[in-house]
Amino acid sequence: MARELKYNQAISEAHVQSMDRDPSVFLMGVGIADPSGLFGTTLEARKKFGLKRVFDTPMSENTLTGVGVGAAMCGMRPVLIHARNDFLLLTADQIINHAAKWSYMAGGKLKVPFLIRAIIGRGWGQAAQHSQSLQSLFAHIPGLQVIMPVTPHDAKGMILQAMQSNMTTVCIEHRWLYEKTGPVPEEHYTVPFGKGRIVKEGKDVTIVAISHMVLEAMTAVDELSKAGINAELIDLRSIRPLDESMILSSLKKTGRLMIVDTGWKTCGISAEIAALAAEKGLRDLKEPVVRLTIPEVPTPCSPALEALYYPTPKDIASAAEALVKGKAAVHAEAAKPAATEAGKPAREKEFTGPF
Amino acid sequence: MLSHDTAKNLYTAMLRCRLFEEKVAELYPQKEMKCPTHLSTGQEAAASGVCAALRKDDMVFSTHRCHSHIVAKGGDFKALMAELYGKATGCSKGKGGSMHFVEPEIGMMGSSAIVGGTVPLAVGSALASVLQSKDKVSVAFFGDGGLEQGTFHESMSFASLKKLPILFIAENNDMATCTHLDVRQPYHELYRHAEGYDMPGVRTDGTKVETVYAAAAKAVERARKGQGPSFIEVVCYRWKEHVGPNTDYHLGHRTKEELEMWMAKDPIKLFGELADKEKLLSVKEQDQIRSTIEKQIEEAVAFAKSSPFPEPAAMFEDM
Ligand SMILES: Cc1ncc(C[n+]2csc(CCOP(=O)(O)OP(=O)(O)O)c2C)c(N)n1
Repeated sequence: MARELKYNQAISEAHVQSMDRDPSVFLMGVGIADPSGLFGTTLEARKKFGLKRVFDTPMSENTLTGVGVGAAMCGMRPVLIHARNDFLLLTADQIINHAAKWSYMAGGKLKVPFLIRAIIGRGWGQAAQHSQSLQSLFAHIPGLQVIMPVTPHDAKGMILQAMQSNMTTVCIEHRWLYEKTGPVPEEHYTVPFGKGRIVKEGKDVTIVAISHMVLEAMTAVDELSKAGINAELIDLRSIRPLDESMILSSLKKTGRLMIVDTGWKTCGISAEIAALAAEKGLRDLKEPVVRLTIPEVPTPCSPALEALYYPTPKDIASAAEALVKGKAAVHAEAAKPAATEAGKPAREKEFTGPF
Repeated sequence: MLSHDTAKNLYTAMLRCRLFEEKVAELYPQKEMKCPTHLSTGQEAAASGVCAALRKDDMVFSTHRCHSHIVAKGGDFKALMAELYGKATGCSKGKGGSMHFVEPEIGMMGSSAIVGGTVPLAVGSALASVLQSKDKVSVAFFGDGGLEQGTFHESMSFASLKKLPILFIAENNDMATCTHLDVRQPYHELYRHAEGYDMPGVRTDGTKVETVYAAAAKAVERARKGQGPSFIEVVCYRWKEHVGPNTDYHLGHRTKEELEMWMAKDPIKLFGELADKEKLLSVKEQDQIRSTIEKQIEEAVAFAKSSPFPEPAAMFEDM
């Protein structure tokens, strides 16, 4: 029997193992050494390595990012952790103008091996500034690696991969993955970047899902099989670099492509994948690409609106079914939020924190 | 010496803040207010002392812990309670929730859940007042954590440079979530920052609302005369957990004894005693104020609970 861990335990183990092997690794962030240890991901490391290598920072996120860049180019391997990916926006200058550029501007003479972790919030009315999903913003930037592990296995393996990389990595986690369990090897291992994961093979339609939407799509895919539709589900897990060949070869097989993202549509990852299909897979497409994302508005607080905001497994299944039946355009018109079922996301009990 | 009216304003404002949040804490476990809720119980003197020195058209900006700021500025209990319940009748129609209270009609210009996020906005509103040749004063409320952001320091510098009519109000409760100030900043006396930015800085006692009021009144007068910004530190204590209706000493980062020590110095109780002793506001008047507020809050709860949720189409409105 493979050992099972929760997602947050897998992250915690990755931190401990990398710190054990490499004395240059240290963890910092707002509240990471407090009693909750950033949802349990830093408690073990703090216990084992003490406050010198696992420390709280002031709410000076932009500067602390720059501090990370400076330490990284001088031989350290910092890990900077944020409770929300919304706070990455305060640090965009140091990430984009500095971390992502330093090696290039230095002709490769200086490297910035830096891991930045940040979490997507959702639920209980966290509203516009605490529930954004900002992967696309960072995936736009050459010089960064952007990862979104979904399984506990990948969370550990991809963080350990980041700890061996000489580039800056932005790891965007989803709060609703934290309590999920899955098999995690005890030993040190890495999961390479730029490789997707086929969750389920199929032949009728390719569904590329991102972060928590992979779990929603798994439910959808089960529903679809009951309806006789055999969908192939890809967990993208690495946003930049993107696994182009996995997407294109799946598209070649199924002829239909749907993308489900936790973020917005305009200039989002779903646009990038659709462009990939247009550029390199056009002749394999039997139908137009379908994209399911959150609506083009900030996240509303009210539970009445929040329940309508996120694509549900049912939304994914019905959109995929329409796509397979060649009725995607008609379906998209009918599926405006007003017509969507105001239910709770399937399989999830209501999220009530901790935030 | 305070006037009867000012004493009444201060007492009423603090009690409005307290009773509103006590009602929120009481009802929150029913799980109908579905939003992260940061209570300011124990810190009411900051909001009340400052807002009592303001005019209705003066502009206030707040943080994730915004309830008392809006209530002290004169916020409408019904609109606030409805907002917590996510209703269409809420102060932002259910879009914002507890962390984003707003009521421009009374000069409450909004609240950000990004620490330090509204400090520059307050500076901008002060700049607008000057450019429009108005004599409105702006207030930036923020916690001690706000001083850790670059926005705070850059705002202090710019406001001083341009002699803008603004009050920077730092509520120093020694805590950011569960992290003490001494883990985050080099010194505890936040008012000392003011000197570096060439503006007056004072430290006030957040258990004595009259000290906050006196400092704010002076700063407002200065600002209105075009003499520039001021910084006021209010030393206070958050009685509740960082977010939610309960206490938090069980986590071990602070003690029950410490909480009890601060609760014994309840700013409302202390001011009530002072106002009675100085014959500014009798206990009888205080009781009348309390029962009026209690009635208003009950009405607000009934209003909120019976109000409709926003229609689905509201999702796309207000962009
Ligand atoms: C930029 C940013 N970093 C981190 C957070 C998470 N956070 C929310 S409130 C808070 C503590 C704020 O402390 P302080 O500013 O002193 O205000 P208080 O909560 O004491 O009122 C933290 C860390 C945030 N909201 N914004």
